[in-house]
Amino acid sequence: MDNELISLGSKAGSQQKYGRTYKIEIENLSAWFGTKQVLKDINMKIRANAITAIIGPSGCGKSTLIRCLNRMHELVPSAKVSGKVFLDGIDIYSKNVDPVVVRRKVGMVFQKPNPFPTMSIYDNVAAGLKLNGIRDRKVLDKLVRRSLEQAWLWDEVKDDLDKPGSSLSGGQQQRLCIARALAVEPEVLLLDEPTSALDPIAASKIEQLIVSLKRDYTIVIVTHNMQQAARVADYTAFLYLGKLIEYDETSRIFSNPKEELTENYIAGRFG
Amino acid sequence: MQKYLIRKIKDKIVYAVCLICVIIAIIPLGSILFEVIKNGLPALNSDFFTKGPGPIGESGGGIANSIQGTLILIGLTSLIGIPIGIMSGIYLAEHGNNQFGRIVRLTNNVLMQFPSIVIGIFAYLVIVLPIGSFSPLAGAIALAIIMVPIITRTTEESLKLVPNTLREASMALGIRRWRTTVSIVLVSAKSGVITGIMLSIARVAGETAPLIMTILGSQWFFSGLTEPMDALTLRIWRLSLLPYEYAHTMGWGAALVLIILVLSLNVSARILTRSRYRVKV
Repeated sequence: MDNELISLGSKAGSQQKYGRTYKIEIENLSAWFGTKQVLKDINMKIRANAITAIIGPSGCGKSTLIRCLNRMHELVPSAKVSGKVFLDGIDIYSKNVDPVVVRRKVGMVFQKPNPFPTMSIYDNVAAGLKLNGIRDRKVLDKLVRRSLEQAWLWDEVKDDLDKPGSSLSGGQQQRLCIARALAVEPEVLLLDEPTSALDPIAASKIEQLIVSLKRDYTIVIVTHNMQQAARVADYTAFLYLGKLIEYDETSRIFSNPKEELTENYIAGRFG
Repeated sequence: MQKYLIRKIKDKIVYAVCLICVIIAIIPLGSILFEVIKNGLPALNSDFFTKGPGPIGESGGGIANSIQGTLILIGLTSLIGIPIGIMSGIYLAEHGNNQFGRIVRLTNNVLMQFPSIVIGIFAYLVIVLPIGSFSPLAGAIALAIIMVPIITRTTEESLKLVPNTLREASMALGIRRWRTTVSIVLVSAKSGVITGIMLSIARVAGETAPLIMTILGSQWFFSGLTEPMDALTLRIWRLSLLPYEYAHTMGWGAALVLIILVLSLNVSARILTRSRYRVKV
């Protein structure tokens, strides 16, 4: 992974400067689908080893915002981005940065659990490694085990690693997807409404899991569920119609918001 | 209550109509199979599978050279047609959302409807005439032109059925696009792709017209890429024209062999490629 760091263009100084407090800095970020602008001039700094929640009504651009952080947005035909996103001080949109390398450092978990249906549990977790050319069985075994343990799934599946990933329950599948994302050793984890397709018990387990992961990762979670943001997030950003309305510590957003719009949304008056 | 009864009767009528149509559709298929087996079985003996045809007008001999020819043709055609067909299908499904893709798709659909005799004449003009002899290679190229559009179309359709969430999941892991296509998308769509290949092989194995223009037919076993060769369909056609009872029986036998050949290729391909929940890397 060392040479990949170089290909991201990292400089020793910038690592030091940005590594501690802010992992990601978003500057004047705008995004479009065709001619429809879905993000309008977002400026935001995301702290390292903390959980940042993005809340807002449907269609406000929450998902688009995090998809801009690992350059997934541009995969949609007609999608366009402008502005800068610094990861450890390096603009991931600058010309010499390979989006594939960005995606290895910034992992993502989606709304609906989407394990690869043709693969076993083991291969699902190992997919990101194997398909990037790592074949050493010992290395794979170690990383698969570590990732499954980190995702609190190891004890449930350790005897069934050969079974298809789709044989697991919904909550287990989502934890499998988290393990799959962790296996490629990212630094940032993006979660796009990771619990909205799950039952409350499975969802609560995922929430606890996410909190346990912030020691090692910088986490950005998009959520529809304000209680969830209040429970897990250290910082919360409120997005409305593609604009960042307010961004602060979670406790302050929920107890004492500065903007009336935020207050109305949190009080459930719209959205 | 009255209304409920009428709806129930309507439901039954629609079901009955569908059932009748299925039976009507199956009758020709069943009777062809029955006729082929009834008339073909008496022809099958060890000579039939090991010897070439004897002198015309004398009974005895076999169709081993035709079986060999058909197998060679299927092999050569697949070698040319399957890679091109699958790659084109991948292009259309994964990268073909543009003007060029639309043109290729249209052309491909037109090519699929092309009369096979025209393709045979094309191969005759472009390959047989320049090299100066009938050739299994010309036959394989003609058949590949029939095969490619079928595989392209079925591959594209199967890949499009793979949910986009799987592509995104793979891309988000930092897996490159081509790797995603080969190891995630193609593997998920495998059974549809194989069905397409099998359909195209069945179609190609049953072609006669383009072979008259390209491999001509022969009494002998395969003897080189620039010599005429025989094939089961050509043999069936020639035997059916002969005024002898034994020739007709052998023709039926050859037809039965052709059907069994295509069927066993189909079954073995499915067994060999069954899903094992493993990705080969």
